[in-house]
Amino acid sequence: METTAMGHAEVHDHGHGPTGLKRWLTTTNHKDIGSMYLWFSFAMFIVGGIMALLIRAELFEPGLQFLDPERYNQIVTLHGLIMVFGAIMPAFVGFANWMIPMQIGASDMAFGRLNNWSFWLLIPASLLLVTSLFVPGGAAGVGWTLYPPLSIQMGMGMDLAIFSVHILGISSILGSINIITTILNLRAPGMTMMKMPMFAWTWLITAFLIIAVMPVFAGAVTMLLTDRHFGTSFFSAAGGGDPVLFQHVFWFFGHPEVYIVILPGFGIISQVISAFSRKPLFGYASMVYATASIAVLSFFVWGHHMFTSGMPVTGQLFYMYATMLIAIPTGVKVFNWIATMWRGTLTFETPMLFALGFIFLFTMGGFSGLVLAMTAVDVQMHNTYYVVAHFHYTMVAGALFSAFAAVYYWLPKWTGHMYNEKLGKVHFWLTMAFFNMTFFVQHFLGLAGMPRRIPDYALQFADFNRISSIGAFGLGISQLLFLYIVVSCIKGGPKAAAKPWDGAEGLEWDVPSPAPYHTWEIQPQVK
Amino acid sequence: MTQPASYYYVPSPSYWPLVGALALLLLAAGAVLWVNGYSSGPLTVSAGFAVLIFMMAGWFRTVIRESEGGLYNKRVDTSFRWAMSWFIFSEVMFFAAFFGALFYARVLSIPDLASVDSQLLWPNFSAVWPNAGPGYKGTFSVMEAMGIPAINTLLLLSSGATLTWAHWGLMKGNRTHLALGLVLTIALGVIFISLQASEYSHAYSEMNLKLTTGIYGTTFFMLTGFHGLHVTIGVTMLTVMLFRVLAGHFKPDHHFAFEAVAWYWHFVDVVWLMLYVVVYWL
Amino acid sequence: MTKQARWAGMPRLAVAGLLALLSGATQAAYKLNFQQPATELAQEVYDLHVWMMWVCVSIFVVVFGVMFYSVIKHRKSLGGAPATFHENTRVEILWTAIPFVILMVLAWPVTKTLLSMRDSSNADITIKVTGYQWKWGYDYLKGEGAGIKFMSVLSTPQDQLDNKAPKNDNYLLEVDNHLIVPVGKKVRILTTSNDVIHGWYVPSLAVQQDAIPGFIRDTWFRADREGSFTGQCAQLCGKGHGYMPIVVDVVSAEKYAAWVAGQKQQMAAGAEDPNKVWPLADLMKHGEAVYAKNCVACHQASGKGIPSVFPALDGSKIATGAKLEHIKTVLNGRPGTAMAAFGQQLSDTDIAAVITFERNSWSNKTGDAIQPSEIKTERH
Ligand code: HEA
Ligand code: HEA
Ligand code: HEC
Ligand code: CUA
Ligand SMILES: [Cu+2]
Repeated sequence: METTAMGHAEVHDHGHGPTGLKRWLTTTNHKDIGSMYLWFSFAMFIVGGIMALLIRAELFEPGLQFLDPERYNQIVTLHGLIMVFGAIMPAFVGFANWMIPMQIGASDMAFGRLNNWSFWLLIPASLLLVTSLFVPGGAAGVGWTLYPPLSIQMGMGMDLAIFSVHILGISSILGSINIITTILNLRAPGMTMMKMPMFAWTWLITAFLIIAVMPVFAGAVTMLLTDRHFGTSFFSAAGGGDPVLFQHVFWFFGHPEVYIVILPGFGIISQVISAFSRKPLFGYASMVYATASIAVLSFFVWGHHMFTSGMPVTGQLFYMYATMLIAIPTGVKVFNWIATMWRGTLTFETPMLFALGFIFLFTMGGFSGLVLAMTAVDVQMHNTYYVVAHFHYTMVAGALFSAFAAVYYWLPKWTGHMYNEKLGKVHFWLTMAFFNMTFFVQHFLGLAGMPRRIPDYALQFADFNRISSIGAFGLGISQLLFLYIVVSCIKGGPKAAAKPWDGAEGLEWDVPSPAPYHTWEIQPQVK
Repeated sequence: MTQPASYYYVPSPSYWPLVGALALLLLAAGAVLWVNGYSSGPLTVSAGFAVLIFMMAGWFRTVIRESEGGLYNKRVDTSFRWAMSWFIFSEVMFFAAFFGALFYARVLSIPDLASVDSQLLWPNFSAVWPNAGPGYKGTFSVMEAMGIPAINTLLLLSSGATLTWAHWGLMKGNRTHLALGLVLTIALGVIFISLQASEYSHAYSEMNLKLTTGIYGTTFFMLTGFHGLHVTIGVTMLTVMLFRVLAGHFKPDHHFAFEAVAWYWHFVDVVWLMLYVVVYWL
Repeated sequence: MTKQARWAGMPRLAVAGLLALLSGATQAAYKLNFQQPATELAQEVYDLHVWMMWVCVSIFVVVFGVMFYSVIKHRKSLGGAPATFHENTRVEILWTAIPFVILMVLAWPVTKTLLSMRDSSNADITIKVTGYQWKWGYDYLKGEGAGIKFMSVLSTPQDQLDNKAPKNDNYLLEVDNHLIVPVGKKVRILTTSNDVIHGWYVPSLAVQQDAIPGFIRDTWFRADREGSFTGQCAQLCGKGHGYMPIVVDVVSAEKYAAWVAGQKQQMAAGAEDPNKVWPLADLMKHGEAVYAKNCVACHQASGKGIPSVFPALDGSKIATGAKLEHIKTVLNGRPGTAMAAFGQQLSDTDIAAVITFERNSWSNKTGDAIQPSEIKTERH
């Protein structure tokens, strides 16, 4: 089964490797695997997005319309899990697969077969999650945070979620080991660490975070499993355990996790801003240090998710101060991006628009995060829609926007065609407008005291919810345009030059567009 | 046909990853069915294990063939070293979660359950360790640090030494010395596991110390249990190494598979030392 | 104007449009900020938030002022070659140091407020709040009113939830028994839970405290004006999470004293005679009410439950089999499931009645009339 080796440069005329379905099932090629990751991510984005629309449909007006309360909880839980682990993380791994070897001048990832396994593990993991909706008792209706004892009460949908998390964990740990090893060991001669593109740097740090915290998450759900079925007492007071222990273990993972979903985005934005400003990235070294500081700090702030759990006031103060400190390195990044634009020659193609949208809206999300970090204020905001607004500003306008920027930025390299710039811009403006319509008003809902994770609400919340729901449907439908743009770009369009963006820098632009099946079979020399 | 890139080996297409994904699907789905009392559970899990073993055998066979075929150059070797180090780091973090749980129970939750306010819920509960929680009705005895655990500590420490000794043999090209070292290490590992098994059965049958004995039983069995599982995996890997040695594999300057297993074994060793101190001793 | 310039203005246009939309909303009495504070601390929190907002808005305006300046003035279409600078140690130090100072300035007042927020000593009244799936139990432990105890359940009729009746103004924010506290007195709240984690959250009192099963947590408030304040359970606690509101009535000292007296009187009068023998019809009638309040959420009015989640009682082995098992199930619950131990929540009479009801409703026809004395002997 593994007798053929691929020798030729072009995918179209290499007759030796497997073709058709077999090519995709057995591939060890980073570009194939990257594409599979990206398509998987988009499919999950639609699944998670349809769940979001169900949520918004239910919340369109007071009263119960479409979902009974249990189903509602299940949909919210799966929406959170699928978006974070199914849509955003795989999208970034997809970009890493495609671009990191090209950016650092390596022929492929360090471990081709393992790479393929990391991808294929996502399939069982997502199958388990999605089928849990259909088992007796339904999916886990506990929120993506899986807090016990509620998660102890659940039916077998909870066990499916637990094992799904185990498999996702294996997948992302193996994927990260692969990425770290590739970056540390396969750089072209002359490509020193401090010459690497920001995207590679941010992924290096992200991969470290993943390896450090995914096992802890696996441990947490293992404890849930044994408490559920084998009579252990991790989370039961009667046995000397504590439900809050789970929260500590979960958030020790969960907080770094939110940086896992944003750091690669920071890398993408850094490159896009610099390319469309036609100016080198301002403060490269401080960008690297800032990213590293964010990663380090992220291990000491998890308690800010638990301010109302009754921790001692000293604990609250510690977590509050530590959390606030993260604003400093993140601010450094924002300022560096703006300084990069300063006195550049700016053009506003779609990747740049998404990058600007990212900076603008992510900063708003960062500020609402800072408000939440103020313990005394958070006591009023915890578990309200203010938090929901905060994290959609960071994860949708942050992580998702950066993924859109990346797709538009690198599509010419992947497909050899230019996408339709006009439609791309329309996609951006629609997304931008509907995003704000959906989530900006949620700040007000939260301030007024509307709890999250409720299927029905008091009348004074009705109007903002209606605005939000209309926005969500607009946002969803706008993504059909994205799908159309990508598909038509794959199918055809104006030929893309090897370097379609005149301001772009990096080795990936030295190879032809579309990138041949194998790149850098001879490593480039970087000066 | 030549490899695409001469400076680094990129494996050819392979079905093993797909098979591995199927194995985990079966294992996970089977485990879910099993813990929920479906009779198809055990069967599905067994099928999953079978596929997993098939996958590992096939995948490792391929890797070994590639390695012995000289496809792995120094750079590939370095990749393996990085990968193994990060993998062990991930294992360290997994254990850290459980050590953290033990720490939390002893330092935070038990004292909290005995606080003034908590008297409302749990009158007369006092914070002592070992403890099975305020709701625990029976009595149990505590696992002592002396006896089997102390012997086990010695066993594992010596196994680390015998393994290093085997490695010397390998580097000097002395194959008997190498094989003997491996055999000794495996034997020590097996004795360790059997002693631990007898310790468990003693706990269950005579000490009334069970997985369900509150937080003490929980942390005791989960920590030592996961460690035991890792020893078992380690012994299995050592055994594979022994067979490879007998088949004439490894050269004094090219034997990373052996070293990786040794790293793993030492890691398991260190975890035990920490366990011995915080679980049995303190 | 060039195309780019128009686009550059778009984000602001979008924001402006949104604000216009919102100002329309304000006229209809929409809240764009926290609920009206009812305690001194809540006022502090309110002010802190407003202040934080303005600090953030100012930074935002400065930072994005620079960005949009660059977007407009440094466009390619205006010509000119890009600069090449990519470092400037001085500004980098500045924009690390200035935020640090701003953060310290922000942290200081929050620290002060937080410290007083967590100081629950010297309370006048102590109340234990217990979360149940899905209602609140209040238990006055110390101070005036000590000994009073009651449950507080959502009182919005099911028809309104199902869109079969028009929704009233307090839709989902109304309960049968309000928590009554006197104005100006320091009330310490101890939270705990009987099953899963709940969150006792009343925004206008600036109080949110998780209720954790097996643990006691505390918080406090001192209301400085009379009024009725509502809140909701804040921690996801299962299917009824959206349906366990909190209503706190802050009343004058006199009214409070009167309320306490009334409660005490009721308690004395209502003390049940555990040895009374009830006729079946009375048990059924009372049992139906208890069932409607405590059991329908899961087992449903039809007694059919929800398949695979909540078992049917209609035709169930327990509800048609031996009495003792049935009594034990209700008294002690089923640990590890959503079925709570109702022995702690309901009186002997209530339990006897609800069991009788279950054994003689739907298709269940045992004819048993369970008496309170039978429950009493089963308690330990
Ligand atoms: C991509 C994901 C992401 C990112 C990047 C962040 C970033 C931050 N988050 Fe967020 N957060 C989430 C995702 C994210 N968060 C999620 C998913 C949850 C909810 C989980 C759940 O409960 O389900 C959450 C919840 C959450 C909480 C808990 C709220 C609660 O439940 O009560 C808090 C509290 O401190 C918080 C704080 C912060 C802070 C301070 C940052 C900082 O990193 C932000 C830093 C950025 C800036 C501050 C802006 C730029 C800076 C400048 C321009 C410099 C100048 C600024 C100043 C000097 C002020 N977040
Ligand atoms: C990166 C992660 C991510 C992303 C991208 C999103 C995207 C969206 N999210 Fe969500 N969300 C979370 C992560 C994310 N979310 C998390 C972690 C939670 C917490 C869960 C918990 O409480 O446990 C949450 C919770 C959450 C809530 C709170 C629920 C509650 O507390 O009760 C809401 C409510 O409005 C919401 C809405 C949305 C909407 C409208 C989108 C939109 O942006 C989605 C838009 C996309 C699409 C709609 C898909 C693409 C559409 C098409 C291709 C068109 C075809 C389809 C049709 C038109 C039918 N999300
Ligand atoms: C929060 C949800 C919930 C509420 C409220 C609830 N129950 Fe239950 N009940 C359950 C669940 C879940 C089970 C199944 C437990 C199990 O799996 O062993 C159950 C089981 C039972 C059974 C045993 C049925 C059987 O055939 O096994 C009886 C009897 C019962 N409940 C009575 C009551 C009564 C009486 C009340 C109200 C006073 C009540 N329940 C309120 C969830 C609930
Ligand atoms: Cu109780 Cu949510
Ligand atoms: Cu966080």
